[in-house]
Amino acid sequence: MNLHVSSRDIGERTLDIVSEMKSLEGPLLPILHEIQAEFGYVPQEAVPVIARELNLSRAEVHGVVSFYHDYRDHPAGRHVLKLCRAEACQAMGGDALAERVKSLLGIDFHQTTLDGAVTLEPVYCLGLCSTAPAAMLDGEVHGRLDADAVRDLVAEVRA
Amino acid sequence: MSVRIFVPQDAAALALGADRVAKALSQEIGTRGLDATIVRNGSRGLHWLEPMIEIETAQGRVAYGPVKTSDVASLLDAGLSTGGNHPLCLGKTEDLPFLKNQTRLTFARCGIIDPLSLEDYKAHDGLKGLAKAVAMTSADVVTQVTESGLRGRGGAGFPTGIKWKTVLDTAGDRKYIVCNADEGDSGTFADRMIMEGDPFVVIEGMAIAGLATLATKGFVYIRSEYPHAIATMTEAVEIARTAGILGSSVMGSGRAFDMEIRTGAGAYVCGEETALLNSLEGKRGIVRAKPPLPAHKGLFNCPTVINNVISLASVPIIMDKGAAFYKDFGMGRSRGTIPIQIAGNVKHGGLYEAAFGLTLGQIVDEIGGGTATGRPVKAVQVGGPLGAYFPRALFDTPFDYEAFAAKDGLIGHAGITVFDDTADMLKQARFAMEFCAIESCGKCTPCRIGSTRGVETADKIAQGIEPEKNLALLADLCNTMKFGSLCALGGFTPYPVTSAMNHFPDDFRPVPLVEAAE
Repeated sequence: MNLHVSSRDIGERTLDIVSEMKSLEGPLLPILHEIQAEFGYVPQEAVPVIARELNLSRAEVHGVVSFYHDYRDHPAGRHVLKLCRAEACQAMGGDALAERVKSLLGIDFHQTTLDGAVTLEPVYCLGLCSTAPAAMLDGEVHGRLDADAVRDLVAEVRA
Repeated sequence: MSVRIFVPQDAAALALGADRVAKALSQEIGTRGLDATIVRNGSRGLHWLEPMIEIETAQGRVAYGPVKTSDVASLLDAGLSTGGNHPLCLGKTEDLPFLKNQTRLTFARCGIIDPLSLEDYKAHDGLKGLAKAVAMTSADVVTQVTESGLRGRGGAGFPTGIKWKTVLDTAGDRKYIVCNADEGDSGTFADRMIMEGDPFVVIEGMAIAGLATLATKGFVYIRSEYPHAIATMTEAVEIARTAGILGSSVMGSGRAFDMEIRTGAGAYVCGEETALLNSLEGKRGIVRAKPPLPAHKGLFNCPTVINNVISLASVPIIMDKGAAFYKDFGMGRSRGTIPIQIAGNVKHGGLYEAAFGLTLGQIVDEIGGGTATGRPVKAVQVGGPLGAYFPRALFDTPFDYEAFAAKDGLIGHAGITVFDDTADMLKQARFAMEFCAIESCGKCTPCRIGSTRGVETADKIAQGIEPEKNLALLADLCNTMKFGSLCALGGFTPYPVTSAMNHFPDDFRPVPLVEAAE
């Protein structure tokens, strides 16, 4: 993930991705996933390129990008911590745990720490409902979290 | 012969440190020069014992759990590779009551085989159903699925065979099979477990659906929150294609069927079938009005079968053992087995596959063992975030589509989330509305605006502002959402809200204001 790319580079790399994937049936979501994997977010500059290549309006592409929770309009922190906020985790004290994580990091959900170390996001179910409360840190899953475990997780992202 | 040690790779086991255990085990085996192989299997579904490792002995598999990395050395000292005794030893896996009392049809192989070994899959009756389907006419396959009584396991409970027949009978140059693996309901994880633990059964079920309806292309739409399932399914599709199970001639039949894995993008509403189709087409996940039915005009306007993962994964055994075999299990109009997912504040959480008909009380108290905290059970939410909260008074309700509907609830995808007596049901009702507001696709007004007004009204009740009036307003709002919404998101959000209001009225009473001290 390179966070310092010029607009021209974004355009060129977007074009490469779109060219490679546009023959898929319903290519827009796979393309957006690939662009986010490449840049860490979906840059504004990518939208007109995708629209032109897929014969869509920019509004249509923007509409799709903004509809889905996964697509970011700006880069995330170096780590992304997703805390499950759904019912099974609530039943195991997930709300209190979320408050603890927020205070340890000094941020709210959808925010990134000032040092750029971590972005905190809510997630509504990781399918780990029998090992609640659960979280995902950079794609790795963690279950049966308690106060000690979240302190370790926070220390890990802060290191 | 090298001893095989099984360390699950299921996400629930990984969340509890299975990778670290596997690594420590591998190092110790190397250091001690033992002749042992580590197999990464799926989960058996006894999640309170994860990571549960198993060792293959002459007497059968012996289980140990929950294993931490610090236990690895002592386990090997006790003679783990010969099934030796140890405080963590649970005895023979198949004798564990939680497993022994199940009827595992759909999950027969899950946790037993190496998920990506086609040899293992075949050795455990895999591909037998597809082989039989290949030798049959499409209409006969559809008839067999219809006669089995299989109903959609995604929640709506629509008969799978009828859906398939509609697609078979609809003319079209191109037809699709879409597997709905957007398992967004809290308290459910059966789809995730089967995709991670036995991916070929999903592929086999989809290929049978393709042969039955003359569809040649399939998509599995997996939510992005399931990276492990996506990876396993993607690899399994490659293996199946190489082996000729998918491709231009399915198992040498001369009939084509191939499939792709697609990743969702974090929108809960895409679990609704028409929103999912829009998402696959590259659009916003907005719900479509029905008719037309997806079976007539579905993906890219073509006739489309859209089934839940578990529905499709149940088809191979129906084709292999026959409709009568499957239909023999269950009660009333709910035939066969259902993988019940026991979650939340529960002692023995995990997956329990059984014929329909167990009572809610049996599931929660006997199988689940009550709460993890040891406090009394206050409520259980059945069927995910859109399911009703049931109090103990309704624990005699049998697990059956009609029986739950009769009590103003739903089975949904068969997830059960247990809450102890510290739960605040007004807060849970408010959350149901909040979740609906976050996830609404915005197409219909009752869902889009009703959910936000619902949150506000719940807040007013909590603050003691005109409680009687606002309770009546909330009930009225639920009625509007239930009957005025386009899909189940807005239409079913009232289930948790009204059930909480009706069964737990004390939680909705205003908190008496504490007199300020003079």
